[in-house]
Amino acid sequence: MNLSLPFTLNDIADYFPFLKRKPGRFVTPSGAEVHAIIAQFATPADVYHAAEKVRDAGYTRWDVHTPFPIHGLEEAMGIKRTILPLIAGSVGLGGAAVGFLLQLFISTDYEIVVQGKPFTAWEPFTPVTFELGILHCAFATLIGMLALNGLPRWHHPIFNSKRFLKSSDDGFFIAIEAADAKFEPNAVKALLESAGGTGIELVES
Amino acid sequence: MTTLHPDEANARRLAGLKAGALIGNPDTGDGTLIDDPAVRAPLVLGGMSFNDVTETVCGYAERGPGKWWLPATLMAASVASLIGLMVGYLIITGVGVWGLTNQVDWAWDITNFVFWIGIGHAGTLISAILCLLKQKWRTAVNRSAEAMTIFAVICAGIFPGIHVGRVWMAWMLFPIPNYNYIWPNFRSPLLWDVFAVSTYATVSALFWYMGMIPDLATLRDRADRRLREAKAGGPAALKGDGIRAFAYGLLSIGWRFSGRHWHRYEAAYLILAGISTPLVLSVHSIVSFDFATSILPGWHTTIFPPYFVAGAIFGGFAMVLFLLIPARELFPGMKNLLTLRHLENMAKILLLTGSMVGFAYAMEFFIAWYGANDYEKEVFINRATGPYWWAYWTMISCNVISPQLFWFRRFRQSPLVIFIVSVFVTIGMWFERFVIIVSSLHRAFLPGEWHMFHPTLVDILTFVGSCGLFLTLFLLFTRFLPMFAIAELKAVMPESSPHHHGDSHGKGAH
Repeated sequence: MNLSLPFTLNDIADYFPFLKRKPGRFVTPSGAEVHAIIAQFATPADVYHAAEKVRDAGYTRWDVHTPFPIHGLEEAMGIKRTILPLIAGSVGLGGAAVGFLLQLFISTDYEIVVQGKPFTAWEPFTPVTFELGILHCAFATLIGMLALNGLPRWHHPIFNSKRFLKSSDDGFFIAIEAADAKFEPNAVKALLESAGGTGIELVES
Repeated sequence: MTTLHPDEANARRLAGLKAGALIGNPDTGDGTLIDDPAVRAPLVLGGMSFNDVTETVCGYAERGPGKWWLPATLMAASVASLIGLMVGYLIITGVGVWGLTNQVDWAWDITNFVFWIGIGHAGTLISAILCLLKQKWRTAVNRSAEAMTIFAVICAGIFPGIHVGRVWMAWMLFPIPNYNYIWPNFRSPLLWDVFAVSTYATVSALFWYMGMIPDLATLRDRADRRLREAKAGGPAALKGDGIRAFAYGLLSIGWRFSGRHWHRYEAAYLILAGISTPLVLSVHSIVSFDFATSILPGWHTTIFPPYFVAGAIFGGFAMVLFLLIPARELFPGMKNLLTLRHLENMAKILLLTGSMVGFAYAMEFFIAWYGANDYEKEVFINRATGPYWWAYWTMISCNVISPQLFWFRRFRQSPLVIFIVSVFVTIGMWFERFVIIVSSLHRAFLPGEWHMFHPTLVDILTFVGSCGLFLTLFLLFTRFLPMFAIAELKAVMPESSPHHHGDSHGKGAH
């Protein structure tokens, strides 16, 4: 299914200069920009060790693609701990506070006499405060996780490689992007080869 | 079951015998029923590779689970249509079509509500609590159990919605500003229930969806690859791959299995598991407040919240087993993913929670006597010996006695016995709610108010219809969505570890 828009991002960028994409540093003979060089690895252990090598070589714009999360890969890749728990926690507490204030407002705005109990007693508000805290925290977790990942997105140039689709089955990949300041095609190829990568492939943008 | 004496197992292990020697032993069933605690039972059998797991699970969604699926779904859907008819009839006629009376003003409607909401709890227990406890076997059942949670909550949500009488006023359950300038009463447990159940439904759906994103991306990539191969002159794509690539592509929102994404995904998973744990405990506690905060003898007890939560997990696991044991026979290759060990573990949970429920029943009676309240005592004696004695004893024999079979190894290792017990438990848990609700209501403080409850045909068919709805939704789920958590299953296979094959990558990397 092909849904194409009658304009490109660069057309919009005529009006919003900050959207303009920088031209790629590397172009293939056919004229397309290079997105990345990918290499496939046979096992989780192989990709794990290769990731350590790429990390130590000092690349920054690169990624490992595996069908499932590999234990300890974030250390092998040198990823900083995510701030997601902070987002989830603060939104959750905020949601609980909003929930409490909502009940306080409603119970004083429309006073229902029930067994002569005070209108602003906090105890009966506990369950709803708790539930609303959880609800907000859950939304913050899912939406925050996706937003930090830059998702949702409709397309990504890495999907141009048919081989890469194996990453959702049993293929383990490392992709080093052309946008990396250290990117130099021959050096990247040599590094991935020495790390044990096979089927090294250039992915066009 | 191994016939090895523990000392002998130890001696063998010390002598350097590999754990693998026990696998394939006819005493260990399919190779997973290993008693030696030092041996880790395999979670995926049949020597499956990562690719085999993908093929098996995606096969259910791509080629269908089998020829039986369409007739079974059509049958379930026709039963489900009953609930549409009955609810429609109720709305245009009024709640008088149910067997409710002035005294017994809650009966099958609330029984069904509590029954269905309880069924859902097993899914959250498996996905959240067992995740925090690092129980790896949960990966084989978590997806379908979470699906069950959502479908059960959908069935549950119907009943409080329709029992308010004027259904078109049900929006007043929520604090929505309105021209009458009135607000709901936040000191009522019925309103807490609205918030608890709707939060539970939402959070369960979010959790389920988030877990499914990578597997939907797998289905998307497979359809996409087949389309590209067909375009390049390769084998023809499957029928419907265009729709699959689009629909799964939309739902998987661009997931590309990136290591940086997995890192945040795992953090998000842990957070959701962490918040779902108190949530699932709160939901049935709050449902029990509907009863416990009243002053009715038989309802007004402090044991209700823990007792309801244990009962919910008990009933939920019975439903999981009730659906998955036949599925295991019907779906090709499922026995490699859902082993006898999984069933045995769940049977043990049934035994534990069933005994907790039994303890709660005994405790209620003890307190009725020890509390020295005549009305309380009378209600409980009436429950066991009064006009609803048959409901009470059905509940006791199904919930307390039948799971005791699982003390015996041969029963908890036999899928047939587990299936039969799970049917009994499901029936028993429905009767538990019926006993609590109807037997407490049918005797009021004044003998002049004593009434029996007789269900009408509409009562019965509405409940039957809700069972059909539940089954239809579950069958649709097995056909169109990944029935197992593919990525999680792969992650618990031994070869997924970067330290597999005696590999030692140490050297400051960790």
